[in-house]
Amino acid sequence: MNIIVVGLSHRTATVEIREKVAFSPNQMQKPLAELTALDGIIEGVIVSTCNRVEIYATTRDIAGGIARIKRFLADYHRLALESLEPHLYAYHSEAAIRHVFRVASSLDSMVVGEPQILGQIKTSYGYAAEYKSSGIILNRFLHKAFSVAKRVRTETKIASSAVSVAFAAVELAKKILGDLSDKTVMLIGAGEMCELAAKHFLNSGARGVMVTNRTFGRAEKLAEEFGGEAIRFEELFEHLHRADIVLSSTGAPHCIIGPRDAEEVVRKRRFKPMFFIDIAVPRDIDPKVDDVENAYLFTVDHLQEIVQANLAQRSLEAEKAEEIINQEIGQFHKWLSTLEVTPTIVALRGRFDEIRKAELEKTISGWKDLPTDAEKKLEALTMAMMNKLLHAPTAVLKTAGQGGRVDLYVDALRQLFELESLQQDEQELELEE
Amino acid sequence: MSHIFFYLTFALYGCATAAYLVFLLRSSSQVGVWADRLVMAGFATHLLSTIHRFSSSGHLPITNMHESLSFFALSIVGAFILFERKYKVTILGAFVIPIALLLVISSSAFPSAIRELNPALKSNWLWVHTIMAFVSYAMFTIAFGAAVIYLIQQHFLKKKRLGALFQKLPSLNTLDDINYRCLTIGFPLLTVAIITGAIWAEKAWGTYWSWDPKETWSLITWFIFAALLHSRLTTGWRGKRASLLTIAGFLVMLFTFIGVNLWLPGLHAYK
Repeated sequence: MNIIVVGLSHRTATVEIREKVAFSPNQMQKPLAELTALDGIIEGVIVSTCNRVEIYATTRDIAGGIARIKRFLADYHRLALESLEPHLYAYHSEAAIRHVFRVASSLDSMVVGEPQILGQIKTSYGYAAEYKSSGIILNRFLHKAFSVAKRVRTETKIASSAVSVAFAAVELAKKILGDLSDKTVMLIGAGEMCELAAKHFLNSGARGVMVTNRTFGRAEKLAEEFGGEAIRFEELFEHLHRADIVLSSTGAPHCIIGPRDAEEVVRKRRFKPMFFIDIAVPRDIDPKVDDVENAYLFTVDHLQEIVQANLAQRSLEAEKAEEIINQEIGQFHKWLSTLEVTPTIVALRGRFDEIRKAELEKTISGWKDLPTDAEKKLEALTMAMMNKLLHAPTAVLKTAGQGGRVDLYVDALRQLFELESLQQDEQELELEE
Repeated sequence: MSHIFFYLTFALYGCATAAYLVFLLRSSSQVGVWADRLVMAGFATHLLSTIHRFSSSGHLPITNMHESLSFFALSIVGAFILFERKYKVTILGAFVIPIALLLVISSSAFPSAIRELNPALKSNWLWVHTIMAFVSYAMFTIAFGAAVIYLIQQHFLKKKRLGALFQKLPSLNTLDDINYRCLTIGFPLLTVAIITGAIWAEKAWGTYWSWDPKETWSLITWFIFAALLHSRLTTGWRGKRASLLTIAGFLVMLFTFIGVNLWLPGLHAYK
C-alpha cells in the first residue's frame, strides 16, 4: 500500500491559480466521494487552504493513482489539465510522508512556523473522517502528522518570535513601554502597514487611537473604524504628547517631526518614553529624533531587520525540526510495511505452525506405547488441517490484495491473531492523542 | 554551627551567581528557575547563620565588619527575593546577587570572633538605627541593579542592537518602576536612620551631629537620593538621568558604608 500526495502550493502556483483549484470547505462531501470513487484510489483526504490545495490518498498503483488524481483536480474545477499540470507536484511513499509531516509542522508554509496550517489540516481531516473517505492508513498517517507537528512545536523554537513588521513593532513597544493597556497610539497619515500596525496594537491591549490626516475626513473615517479620536493635522502638536506610540506614514516630501518638536513633546509628557515608528518614504520623522532622551525612533528598515533576524533564527530551528521529522518517517514507514499482504500471510502461517508444533509435542511426549508410524501420521494430519484452515483466508487476502480493502483484513488479522506489535502501536497512538 | 550555615550560604550564593550569569548569557528558562531556588536556599541558610550568631552573642550581629558585611548581603538578597516575586525579573539576579556574593566573600576576610559589645552600642537605638540603614542600603542596591540594566537596554535600543540579550532583559518601563519603588522605600528609611542616629548620638555622645566622616558621607548620600526623588516628583525625571544618578548615589553609599569604616577614622569606624 502506498501513500501519494498530489497538489500545488504558494511555492508552485500564484494565487490566481490556487483560488481556481480551491475546494469550498462546506461542500467537501462531493469531491471526497468522487475522489475515493476513482479507480485504484482507496482512501483520500483533501486539504484546501489559501496557500495550498493538496490531496492525500492511498493506492496500490502509484503512477496510475497520481495521474488519476491530477485528472480529477482538473476535471472537478473544469480546467484544462495541460494548464494545471506545470503547477502540480506529486510525491509517493517516503517522500509523501515527509511532505505531509513538513506541511503539518509548518516547515513548508509561506511564513515558516505560522501555526494556522495545523488547524487547517485537522479541519480537512475532520471532513474526510466525517464522510468516511479516509480509512485505517490515512487516519493513522494524519494522527501521526499531528503528533509530529506537536513535537516540532514543543521541541524547537520555530514559532516563538515575531516575523511580521507589525508584530515586531508591538513586541518592541512592550520592551519600551511595558504593559500596553494604558497606552495610546497616534496614527499620522494613512497606509496599509500603518493601519495594520494600529490594529495589532489595539489587539495587544492598547487603550486608544488618535488619527490625524491632512484630509480631515479621512482621519474621521479611520478614527471611526478604530473607535478612536480624529485630530486635525494642524493641531498635531497640541495632541502629540498624549501619544505613547506614534505611527507615521504620510506622503509628505519632508520631515514633519523634528528633534526640537520631539524634545518639547517629551518634556510635556514629563519624560515618559515615546516610541516613534516611521513607515513613510521619504521619512516623516527626522532621524535625529532618536537622539532625544526618552524618544525611541524606529524605521521600517529597523523593524524589517528584527524580522529578518527572527527568520534566521527560525531557519536554524527548522533544521532541528527536519531532524525530528526524519526520525518519525522511519517509524511510520515501518508500520506501513506491516500492512502488506505477503508478510502478513507468512506471519499468520508462522503463528499457526507454532501452535501446531507445540500441541503435537505435548501429545507425543505423554503417549507411552506410541505405534511406530503414529508420529508421522499425526504430523501429516495436523499439517493438512492447518493448510485447509488457512487456505480460504490466504486466498481472500491475495485477491483482496489486488483490490482495495486489503489493509482492513490485514489489520484485523494482525490484531485477532496477535501478530507482531501492532496493538502496542495502537496504544501508543491513543496516548499521543 | 553558624560557621556551617555561613559556608553553606557562601556556596549557595556562589552557585546562584553562576546560574544567573548562565541564565543571562544562554537561552534557558530552566536555569533561571534553578537560580531562584538556589538564592532562596542561600537566603534561608544565611538567615539561620545570622539568627544563630544573634542568639549566641546576645546582640544584633552588626557590630563589626564581618557581621555588617554579612548583614548587608542578607538585606540585599531578601530585598531581591521580594522584587523578583513582584516584578518577575529573574534576570535582575545576575546584577544583584554577585554583589551579595562579593559582600559575603569580603565579610569572611574579617575576623569573625564574637567580641564583647562596645559599651557605646549597648542601646535599643542600635536596632532601629542600623536596621533602617541596612534596608535602605538594600533598596539602593536593587535600584542600582535596575539602573545598570536600564542603561544597557537603552543602549541597545538607541544602537538598534536588538539581540537575544535585549529580548531577555526587562522592559524600560519595568526597570523604571523598580527604580522608583526602591527610591520611595529606601529614601524615607535612610532619612529615619539618620534622624534616629542623631538622637542616639545625642544620648551616647552628647551631641546630635559631630561631622564624623560617616555622618558627613551619609548626608551626601541622602542629598543625592533627595535630589533624585525631588526631580522625579517635580519635573518627572526618569530613565537615563535617573539611572545615572542612582548609580552615583549607590557608589557614594557604598563608600559611606565600607570606605569610611576602613579608611577614615571616626566614631563609626567599627572594625
